[in-house]
Amino acid sequence: MPHAGAPISRRALLAQGAGIVVFTLAGGAASQARASAAPPDAADDAFGMLVDLTECIGCRSCVYACQEVNGWRGDPERPEPDGEQWTAVREVAVPGHPDEVRYVRTQCFHCLDPACASACPVAALRKTPDGPVAYEADRCIGCRYCMVACPFHIPRYQWDRALPLVAKCAFCARRLAAGEIPACAEACPTGATLFGKRSELVAQARRRIREHPDRYVDRIYGAVEAGGTSWLYLSDVPFEKLGFPAVGASAPGEFTRPVMAKVPAVALGVAGLMAAVRWLEGGREAGEAGRPPAGKEREP
Amino acid sequence: MKELAQHAAPGTMVLRGLSERVASIGWGRLVLWAVALSGAAAMVYRLGWGLGASTNLSDDWPWGWWIAVDVMGGVALAAGAFVVAAWVHVFGRHRYEVLAKPAVLTGFLGYLMVVVGLLMDIGRPYRIWHPIVMWQPHSVMFEVAWCVMCYTTVLALEFSPVAFEGLGWRRAARRVRRAIVPLVILGVMFSTLHQSSLGSLLLIAPYRMNPLWYSPLLPVFYFASAVAAGLATVQLEASAAGRFYGHRVGSALMEGLSRGLVWVLVLNAALRVADWVVRGTGPWMGPVTLESALAAAEVGLGMLVPAALLAVRSLRRRSAVRLWAAWMVVAGVLMNRIDSSLVAMRQSASSAYWPSVLEFVVTAGIIAGGMLAYDCVARHWPLFEAAAEPTPERAAAEHHRKTVEAPAS
Ligand code: SF4
Ligand code: SF4
Repeated sequence: MPHAGAPISRRALLAQGAGIVVFTLAGGAASQARASAAPPDAADDAFGMLVDLTECIGCRSCVYACQEVNGWRGDPERPEPDGEQWTAVREVAVPGHPDEVRYVRTQCFHCLDPACASACPVAALRKTPDGPVAYEADRCIGCRYCMVACPFHIPRYQWDRALPLVAKCAFCARRLAAGEIPACAEACPTGATLFGKRSELVAQARRRIREHPDRYVDRIYGAVEAGGTSWLYLSDVPFEKLGFPAVGASAPGEFTRPVMAKVPAVALGVAGLMAAVRWLEGGREAGEAGRPPAGKEREP
Repeated sequence: MKELAQHAAPGTMVLRGLSERVASIGWGRLVLWAVALSGAAAMVYRLGWGLGASTNLSDDWPWGWWIAVDVMGGVALAAGAFVVAAWVHVFGRHRYEVLAKPAVLTGFLGYLMVVVGLLMDIGRPYRIWHPIVMWQPHSVMFEVAWCVMCYTTVLALEFSPVAFEGLGWRRAARRVRRAIVPLVILGVMFSTLHQSSLGSLLLIAPYRMNPLWYSPLLPVFYFASAVAAGLATVQLEASAAGRFYGHRVGSALMEGLSRGLVWVLVLNAALRVADWVVRGTGPWMGPVTLESALAAAEVGLGMLVPAALLAVRSLRRRSAVRLWAAWMVVAGVLMNRIDSSLVAMRQSASSAYWPSVLEFVVTAGIIAGGMLAYDCVARHWPLFEAAAEPTPERAAAEHHRKTVEAPAS
């Protein structure tokens, strides 16, 4: 580190340093703009699912099919997905109508901009162009940040194992790649679980709502929630009353990506600032002591 | 009877020998060893039987006590290292150098303890290196992982001169000491990123967290409160060092630290309150709940009361007051880490969580282990002595003091 000595030139250098800091901060802001402008991975012609709760009869064919295809075992009657099962059907009493129930299928929503994927430090979770949010078990370190991040409380953990993994619906990614449709959609006897292109499913859901305004609440859950999801729901009972979480329209990743984009700028800014302070302080000490700055002479 | 008597003699010998050993080790250390070993046993159980068997974590509560206290809290308490090191080596306040070495040691051990806590918490500890080669640069957790690695390395280097001197490797110590300023600057950089990134982690849970804690300013809060926690920890550490190792730090320094702490606390409280006002939330709105009481206590008891105590000159001069204030600050920041990463999630969880006994035992074990390591260093290496060869800036300041300011100041 060359020491010019006189405080004046230090000040000039500090000004240059400040310029560099401002420059990098501006660079950070620009890259932040890029980051937030990046569209979600999935185009609208990716695959999706439409679950029409008014058509579900609670037969759990989807659960059995999922168990069979993925090799899970256990009680198909359980109301929530868990570490050994990716989808589940929950029976909910309709508020105000004690003898009426609805069956709510729960599994990963395969978000268009998945919070779990932007949380995972090792990219074990990734949105694929086809639609599924895939989990690559070999990468996962088990930090469970994906579980904290998911606004739908979906990823489960294999708590009873010494070396657990995250468990969640894979949208039968392997079957999709082979040109087949997901096992649950194939098994559903009533068409309550419909498979197709997401854009077509949205149009279909809109049409159903338009044609039967008396039958459906005017909302497609998943159309905008958390930035939009590949799985869409229709219902005749307001979604909150069926236990669907209240999730806003922004993808959770939108709140962390801008911060991450600022990291390089903050790093350089802090380092530059510290170096500048050190420079000025060194000058002050040396100036006051009436001798060249400390770095010059060392070791007697 | 005769036989018994024969056996008694060696028996009492053994007992006497044991009690002498205990006296030489000291009861405090014995207790620490017991706690640390129980912690180690609990860790073995955790690793062998898994998280479900040893903790009360669940799908509703993927993060628990270890993340809140061992990781989030531990990192905040380790902040003294970068604050004091920067004050001494960057801002040139060489008077405070006596505090720097112990603070850096605490920071280093603190980070090692955090790493142990992380190893316990992640489901597949043997994959802890994955973030080095598997990148996902949008992930805050990715940043956290890198900051832990880099800053632990920097702390090890910052501390190494003490170790080298203890081992008699003078030249190595001198070499590192010559690079101390760039090292400290790197340390400040990684600390800033790391302290704030722990707050950023929570930014991904806007739909799950209580608005008393969820704020876009979380990274700023985490950084600013860590500075307060770090300064308070240095106070506590200095008083412990005086008590147990006879290393007394002049009370002028402690008062100086306390004065700095007042400003930091006031800034912290102002940020929190302003944020609540702007976002239209705050513990004063609505009925008293567990959440509102905790949030009010964080700011009131953890920031405003200690700030008020330390702001009064006559109170600040009393070491007991300084210690009380420091404890309040530390408790407040720990509480904030528990509140923001656990209590704030309560509203979206469908079940309750309370840490298991084993979770507490592991934490206690990690803390005891850290204290034993500190004790070991303090007794065998020149932790409290002035460096055999001062850093270049230190030499200049020393000269300056002698030539310009002498003999006053
Ligand atoms: S529902 Fe949750 S787990 Fe599924 S893709 Fe969205 S964020 Fe990920
Ligand atoms: S638990 Fe696994 S999948 Fe989830 S965020 Fe951590 S590393 Fe990624």
